[in-house]
Amino acid sequence: MTDLPGNPNPPSPGACKPGNRQDEQVHLTAVDEFLAWGKENSLFYLLFATACCGIELMQAGGPRYDVDRLGMIPRATPRQSDLMIVAGTITHKMAERVRMLYDQMTEPRWVVSMGSCANSGGPFSKWSYSVLNGIDKHVPVDVYIPGCPPRPEALIDGVMALRERVRRYRTLGIRDTVPHVVAGAGCDFGSHPGKSAIEIARQLPPEGKT
Amino acid sequence: MSALAPDAIAARVQAVFPNVIPFRSENGEPWLAVAPADLPGVAALLRNDAALACDCLMDLTGWDLKGYPAVPPSDDIAVVLLLFSMAHRHRVQLEVRAPRAACEVPSVSGLWPAALYFEREVFDLFGVTFRGHPSLRRIMTPDDWVGHPLRKDYVYPSEYHGVAHLREGQRFEGGPNRGSAGAAGGTA
Repeated sequence: MTDLPGNPNPPSPGACKPGNRQDEQVHLTAVDEFLAWGKENSLFYLLFATACCGIELMQAGGPRYDVDRLGMIPRATPRQSDLMIVAGTITHKMAERVRMLYDQMTEPRWVVSMGSCANSGGPFSKWSYSVLNGIDKHVPVDVYIPGCPPRPEALIDGVMALRERVRRYRTLGIRDTVPHVVAGAGCDFGSHPGKSAIEIARQLPPEGKT
Repeated sequence: MSALAPDAIAARVQAVFPNVIPFRSENGEPWLAVAPADLPGVAALLRNDAALACDCLMDLTGWDLKGYPAVPPSDDIAVVLLLFSMAHRHRVQLEVRAPRAACEVPSVSGLWPAALYFEREVFDLFGVTFRGHPSLRRIMTPDDWVGHPLRKDYVYPSEYHGVAHLREGQRFEGGPNRGSAGAAGGTA
C-alpha cells in the first residue's frame, strides 16, 4: 500500500514499510484447501433444463435469487462446466444423452438432481412407459432436491449442501474422498420425511469414507 | 364461396365415393368413415375440389377401438384426419379403420406435407404403417423401442438398455403390467 495523493487515511509512518509481513499480504494454506476453496466458489453449471424445473433454475439465475453471487455462472457446453443440474423429467431416450453430456465434463464434476422427476420419476413413475425413474441410474448424483418443482430457495439450499461436499474434495489428497454418492445410497427421501437437502447431505459418509 | 353445410360436404364426397359413410361429430361437423382403399381418392377430392378445398391438414391422429363401447365391438386401429378449408372455413373429419393385425393405411403426405410428422407419430405410438410415406421411422421413442405404447394391449417395458424401469423395491398397486424389455436385445 502506498501513500497515494489524496488518500484520506494515509498509512501511519513505519506501519507499512516494504518488507513488512502485513504489506506482502501472504496467506499460508494447503494446496488442497486452496483448490477446494476455488472450486467451491466457481461452480459453473451446465445449462440443462428438460422440463418445468428449468423455469425455476432460470429464476435462480435471475436478478432476484442471483446465483451469480455464489460464483455460479451458466455455461453452454459441458466441457466448461463443473456442475450439471438435471432440471426436469428424463426419459430413457434422453438419459443416454445426459450420460453423454456428463462424460464430456472435466473432473471433478458434480451432479444435482433437481425435482421429483429427476429424483424418482415423480408423477410419471407409475404409469409412464418412457420416463426414467431417477437420473441416478445413469449418472452419480451428489445432491437430490425434492419438490415439484423446487423453488429457487430449495435449489440454493441444495447448492449450499453441494458446496459442503466440494469443500471436502481433495484434488491432491486421498482419492477415496471423491464425493460422488453411489446411486441411491444414503439419499432415500422416503425415509427422511420433511428434511431439506442440506440436512440429508449432512448425513452422508464423513470425509475420507465413501 | 362460402362454407358448405355438413350434409352438402358428405353428399359431394358420396357422389364420387358411394362407400363413404357419413356421420356427424359431437359438434355437428361432418365425419366421414372411409375404407383404407378409398382414402387416397377421398383425400385428393377434399384437397383439390374447388367447392371443398380442404387445403389444411389440422391434425392426424390415431385411436385404438379395443375396449371402446362401439357397436359392433371392434379392436381395429382408427386413423383420424382433421381437415380445414382456409378458403371456405369449413371442417371435415375423416376416419379410417384398419385391422389390428395388418394395420396399413395409405399415406396422405403427398397431399399435405404436414402429414409427414403426424404419420410418423401415429406409426410410432399406434403401429399404423402408412403406405407411401417416404421415411416412416419412429419419432418419439428410440429407434430400437419395442411395441407401440398407445395401443391398449401394450406391454410396458421393464427395462431399457439394461436399466430397470422401476427403482429397487418400488411397487405400485394397480400399476401397468411390465413384462417386456424396452429395446431389442435388452443390452447396452
